[in-house]
Amino acid sequence: MEKEKVITAKELTKRFGDFTAVDKITFDVEKGEIFGFLGANGAGKTTAMRMLCGLSLPTSGTATVAGLDVYKQNELIKKRIGYMSQKFSLYEDLTIRENIRFYAGIYGLRDDKIKEKTNILLKQLNLEGQEKTLVRDLPLGWKQKLSFSIAIVHDPAIVFLDEPTGGVDPITRREFWSLIYEASAKGITVFVTTHYMDEAEYCNRVTIMVDGRIDALDSPANLMKEYDTTSMDGVFLQLARKAVRKGD
Amino acid sequence: MQPIVVDNIVMKYRVKKTVVDALKGISFSVDKGEIFGIIGPDGAGKTSLFRILTTLLLAESGEASVDGFDVVKDFIDIRNRVGYMPGRFSLYQDLSVQENLEFFATIFNTSIEENYDLVKDIYIQIEPFKTRRAGQLSGGMKQKLALCCALIHKPSVLFLDEPTTGVDAVSRKEFWEMLHRLKEQEITILVSTPYMDEASLCDRVALLQKGEILSVNTPKGIISEFKKPLWAVKANDMFRLMNAIKEDPSVESCYPFGQHHHVVFKSAENGKEKLGQIAQKGNFSQVEITSIEPNIEDCFMALMKE
Repeated sequence: MEKEKVITAKELTKRFGDFTAVDKITFDVEKGEIFGFLGANGAGKTTAMRMLCGLSLPTSGTATVAGLDVYKQNELIKKRIGYMSQKFSLYEDLTIRENIRFYAGIYGLRDDKIKEKTNILLKQLNLEGQEKTLVRDLPLGWKQKLSFSIAIVHDPAIVFLDEPTGGVDPITRREFWSLIYEASAKGITVFVTTHYMDEAEYCNRVTIMVDGRIDALDSPANLMKEYDTTSMDGVFLQLARKAVRKGD
Repeated sequence: MQPIVVDNIVMKYRVKKTVVDALKGISFSVDKGEIFGIIGPDGAGKTSLFRILTTLLLAESGEASVDGFDVVKDFIDIRNRVGYMPGRFSLYQDLSVQENLEFFATIFNTSIEENYDLVKDIYIQIEPFKTRRAGQLSGGMKQKLALCCALIHKPSVLFLDEPTTGVDAVSRKEFWEMLHRLKEQEITILVSTPYMDEASLCDRVALLQKGEILSVNTPKGIISEFKKPLWAVKANDMFRLMNAIKEDPSVESCYPFGQHHHVVFKSAENGKEKLGQIAQKGNFSQVEITSIEPNIEDCFMALMKE
């Protein structure tokens, strides 16, 4: 039986004037899959991700996210996805509980549901008893874990993670990936960008964008075999070196 | 005389009633012409250390010198002779590439022509865009311009605070190649990074975590400090395998590393047999167990737990 597709993109393209940021990319992502989205700075990752999140209209091509059309139903898409980046995460001067309440409220969860979710989440993160701590006072690693849990508080079909682990210590980085695995096991699709190549190897499948195109799409093991190297770093360097355009 | 000497430096920040210990009495010294790496995650204290050494922040206690000059008493001498590239892009966004470089050269009473040799390799890569405003440059180009501006007065010591954060793997590699060319000019380089894999590109490194130095050594030396045997294991279901390994009481640590899990046992003997038993008990298939050399990240995590 064919698995349910959470993202389908066909020849998806975005042009800014005469610059083609994303050039006819075609791919599918299955339900529950951890999908790595790699590329050098300026390869078009952010632009592609913005289109899939319903924040930017494509120039041409088609795409659906959680069964919704990116042209016509982009507002609905925003409700069905979660998003977390390293830069924008939580409100520093709100407490842990207030942040959860704020985001869950924005996503339209009812009060009783918010209460229930808050308790589950605090327990899962071992933050019980600390709900009144200001987010500002949490170590970075905890912020990132909390931020991820809040990004999926409304049980989205898919969560987009934009470099979620930058600068985080190696043990916390791995704890963060355990949360990703748990979410994926619950059926939430994870779409993640990272600069850490060992993390690319945790993904079920990986794409590598070069100059707006998808130049490789496969499981890490198959990519390493195809490019005859023992690490994703090797695959990435071979592909990204082919890039003609520079920077972001 | 060593170009950088740090002796028992303590840094505290006070926010209302709480005190944050950013640096808890750290000491190390750097030799001339060395590339010395400060490796640690966000919040380890890297930037505080850089700001103290570049005379922008006063330490709570302890002493430090750069090129023999005291960071408190001789701050003007230090400012004249070091180059500093802060973690945040700090050039003038609305000056062009060339204007920024000229500005920094002029401030240090020199000219682009006088020290062009030093920056040439890097500058030619951004020269096609020399009339573009710095704010309009891509991340990789901003980083190259910032390095040029930090070098234009021919500093004896170069401080680079997280120059490769958020930069992709290809640009990171190019950046390190540039640093190795600078080393040949006998410039001493103190560079910080949260990327553990970059440690191997330094002559020596200090592993910094929560304001404390876990270890100072050559990358090889750090790896040789890792005493216990390390095993890499993979199987059909990696997530379940991780849980199965962690549940075993003889296991000291188990962390995912790409396609494998790295496992250390409490006692050094029979690691392979023990992993084989765990895999058999959990009915795993496609099991591969190999003995491996630790990398810096393995060492860092082991030291973090001590």
